[in-house]
Amino acid sequence: MKLRNDYEKTLWRRLVRFVDGITLQEIEEHAEELREELAEQQEESDQKAEAAFEAVPEPESREERRRQAEEAHAKEASAMLEKYKNWPKEHGIKIFGRLYALMSVVLCAIIIITLLATVSYLPEFGHETNPNNNEVVERYNADGLAETGATNAVAGMILDYRAFDTLGESHVLFIAAVCVMILLRLEYTKDGKPTDVLRSSEENDRLYEPKNDKILQLAAKVLVPVIILFGIYVILNGHLSPGGGFSGGAIIGAGLILYVNAFGFEKAGKIMNRKNYAVLSVVPLLFYAAAKGYSFFTGANHLESGIPKGTPGHILSAGLILPLNICVGLVVACTMYNFYTLFRKGGM
Amino acid sequence: MDFIRNFPFFCIVLALSSGVISSVLSQKAAKALTFCLVLLALFTSAGVLVYTLRFGEFTYMMGHFPAPWGNEIRAGVLEAVMALFFSLIMLLSLLGGEKYLKLDIEEPKQNLYFVLIDLLMSSLLALVYTNDLFTAYVFVEINTIAAGGLIMIRSNGHSMLAATKYMIMSLLGSGLLLIGLTLQYDLTGHLLMSNIQDSLKTLAEHGEYTMPLTVIIGLISVGIAIKSALFPFHAWLADAYGFSTASSAAILSSLVSKAYIFLLIKIMYRVIGTEVFWNSKITNVFFVLGVAGMLFGSFSAIREHDMRRMIAFSSVAQIGYIYMGLGFGTTLGVTAAVFHIFSHAATKSMLFVACRGLSEVSGNKKDFSDLKGAGYRNPVAGVAFTVGAFSMVGVPLFAGFISKLYLTSAALENFDWKMVIAVIVLAISTILNALYFIRAVISIYTPRNEHYRDANFHPGITFCAGIVCFIVMNFMLGLASDPLIRAIEIGLRMFS
Repeated sequence: MKLRNDYEKTLWRRLVRFVDGITLQEIEEHAEELREELAEQQEESDQKAEAAFEAVPEPESREERRRQAEEAHAKEASAMLEKYKNWPKEHGIKIFGRLYALMSVVLCAIIIITLLATVSYLPEFGHETNPNNNEVVERYNADGLAETGATNAVAGMILDYRAFDTLGESHVLFIAAVCVMILLRLEYTKDGKPTDVLRSSEENDRLYEPKNDKILQLAAKVLVPVIILFGIYVILNGHLSPGGGFSGGAIIGAGLILYVNAFGFEKAGKIMNRKNYAVLSVVPLLFYAAAKGYSFFTGANHLESGIPKGTPGHILSAGLILPLNICVGLVVACTMYNFYTLFRKGGM
Repeated sequence: MDFIRNFPFFCIVLALSSGVISSVLSQKAAKALTFCLVLLALFTSAGVLVYTLRFGEFTYMMGHFPAPWGNEIRAGVLEAVMALFFSLIMLLSLLGGEKYLKLDIEEPKQNLYFVLIDLLMSSLLALVYTNDLFTAYVFVEINTIAAGGLIMIRSNGHSMLAATKYMIMSLLGSGLLLIGLTLQYDLTGHLLMSNIQDSLKTLAEHGEYTMPLTVIIGLISVGIAIKSALFPFHAWLADAYGFSTASSAAILSSLVSKAYIFLLIKIMYRVIGTEVFWNSKITNVFFVLGVAGMLFGSFSAIREHDMRRMIAFSSVAQIGYIYMGLGFGTTLGVTAAVFHIFSHAATKSMLFVACRGLSEVSGNKKDFSDLKGAGYRNPVAGVAFTVGAFSMVGVPLFAGFISKLYLTSAALENFDWKMVIAVIVLAISTILNALYFIRAVISIYTPRNEHYRDANFHPGITFCAGIVCFIVMNFMLGLASDPLIRAIEIGLRMFS
C-alpha cells in the first residue's frame, strides 16, 4: 500500500503517536531497517537472475535462434488466443451484466413514468361525475337490499350479483392448494406407511420446532377459542356486517395454525388430518357449485328459484349468501392450515 | 332447441366441479371422469355451433340479474368453433399422451394431474365464452396456475426451473393485464364488453382520455403477448414445452397460449373496437414483433440439438405468424390468424405427442443422435411426425399450407410496407422451417441405433388412436378448410 509522503505529519497520525507514546525518530529507524532489508533482497534476486542468465547457453547458430524466436512467437499467439477465448467469461459477462442491470432500471423507470403520467390523466378519485358512478353502482346501492336481502352490500355483490366471478375465485384458491400439494406433499406408501423422506421430514420438524412451550400453550389455550369463535362470527354475519367467508376463513385458519404450533401435530391431527381436509375442502366447493349452478340455471331460464330471501337484518336471511359464506369460510380456513402444514413438513 | 343455450354454462360449472371431485378420486376414476368431461364439452360445443349457425348469437344470464349488474356469457359461431376445437385437441392430447403420464408422474399424484386438466378445461371454456372482462381475468388466473402445475408435476429439476420461469413471466403478463383492466374500468365504469365498447366510442368521439386509452391498449396487449409467448417475451417457452410431460406440452402449446390470443381478438373486436384498435398503431408493433419472431424462432430452432426444444422454438415462429396476421389490421388478416391458430394447434400438439413416442423407443432420450432410426422402431409416431413436419413447413395437402396461403393473401390485400416485408419474411421463414423440420424427418428415418430396438414394443392403443385422429384432423384442415374459414368469417362478423 502506498502511503502519503506526509503521512507521519498529519494531525491524526500525530495524535496516534502521542497516544501510543512513539517518537518520530523510532519510526524513522524502523523504516531505515526495512529499507535495508529490501535492498538486500533486491541484490540477492539480481544475483540469481545474473546466474540464470549465464546458465543459458549461447545459441549455437542463427537457425537455433530463429527457432527459439518462432517458439516464443507461437507461445505468445496461443496466450493471446487463450485471452481472447476467455474474454467473454472473464469480462464479457461482467459487461453484459452491467448493461443488463442498467437496461432493466431504465425500462422500469420508463414504465413507472408512463404509468404515473397515465394516472395524472385519469378522472379525479371519488368525484361525483366520474364514469364509474353509473347505473351499475346506482342499482347496487338503491335496490341491492331488496334484490339480494343482504344488508352488507359487498356480500350481495360478490355472492349474488356477480356470483360467477366468486365461484371462479374460490376455485383459484383450490387450484393453488392443489399446486402446492403437488410441489410439497410427501406421500405415504401404498400400505399406508410413511416413506423414508416423510419420516425424516417429521424428525426434522421435531428437532427444529419448539415442543411443549408452556407460555405458548397457555396463550394458545386462551386465544385459540376466541380467535375461532370470532372467525365463525365474521363468517355467519357476512351478509349483515363487513366480513364474510374469505376474511372469516382466514381468521379461523390463523387460529388453527396457532393451535398446531402450541400443541403439535398429534393433537391437531385429531380434527385436521388428510381425510378430514379432503372432505372439508371438497364438500363445500361442490355445494357451492351446485347451489350457484341451480341459481344460474333458474335465473337464465327465468324460473323462480324458490329460495326465500327472509327479513333483511336477520341472521337467517339473504337466501344463498349465508350458506355460501360458510362454504367459502371452510375452504379458506382449510387451505390456510394446509399451506402451513405443507410448508412445514410436507402434509398433515 | 333453446335448451342448448344452457350448454356452455353446464360445461364450465361441470368442469370446475369435476376438478374438485377428481382431487379425492383414484387415478383411474379421475382419468375416466376427465375423459367423460372432455367428451361432454366436445358434443355440447358441437350442439352450440349448430345452434348459433341456425339462430345466431346469444347471451346467457348467469343468475337472476341482467348483464351490467350480473355476470353474462356469450356464444357466437366463433366461440362455438373455438370451444369445439379446444375440446377436440384436449381429448386427443390426453389420449396420445395418456400412456406417458404413468412414466412421468409420481403415482400418488397422478389424480392431481386430472384436477389440473379439469380446471384448465373450465378456464379455457370460460375464456372463450366470457362476455365480461373481469370474469375473463378470474379464469386467466385459473389458467395460469393450472398451466404452471402442468409443467411442474413432472417433478424433476428441469421442470421445476421451467415452471418457475413460466410463473414469473406469466404472472407479469397477468399483472399488466389487470392494470390495463383497472384503468379501463376507471374510464368507462363498466366491465361488460359491449358496454365498455359503447362508452369507449363516446370517449373517442369527444376526443377525451386519448393518452390513458393508448396506455390501456398497450398494457392489455403486452400482457397477453407475454402470456402467449410473442417473440421477445418467449424466454420461458422452450423449457416449459421441452421438459414437461407430452400431454402437458401439447396442451400448453396448442391450447393455453391460443386461448390468450383468442381473448386478445375478443378484446380487439368487442371491447376496444376494431377501428380504435387498428388506428392505435399497436398493430404495427404486433406486425414487427411477429415478423421478428418468425425469423428468430426459426434460428433458435435450427441451433437446437434437442428435438423437443426444437419443436418448442418452432412454436415461437408460429406464434409470430399469428401475430403478423393480427398486425395487418384487416379482417382478412384476422381470419388468417384465427385459421392459423387452428392449424398450428392441431399440428403442434401432434408433433409433441409423436416426439414423445419417438423418444420412448430411443431410451427416453430426445437428442437428434439418439432419435436416429426412431421412425422405423415406432412407425406410427414416425408417420405422425412426418405429417406434422410437412404441415409446419407448409406442404400442400396439409393444414399449414392453407394457413400460409391465407396469410399471404391477407398480406397482398393492401399495397404498403407491410406487404413487402410480410411476403419476403414468409418466404424466408418457410425455407427456415423446412431446414430444421426436414432435417428432423431425415434424421428419424436414418437407420441407426439398432441397440434400442425392442422386439416386443407396441406403441399402445390409446397412443395409436390419438395419433390417427390427429393425422385425420390435419388432412381435414388441409383439404376441406372452406367450411371452417366460412365459420370464422361469420363469427368475426358476429363479433363486430
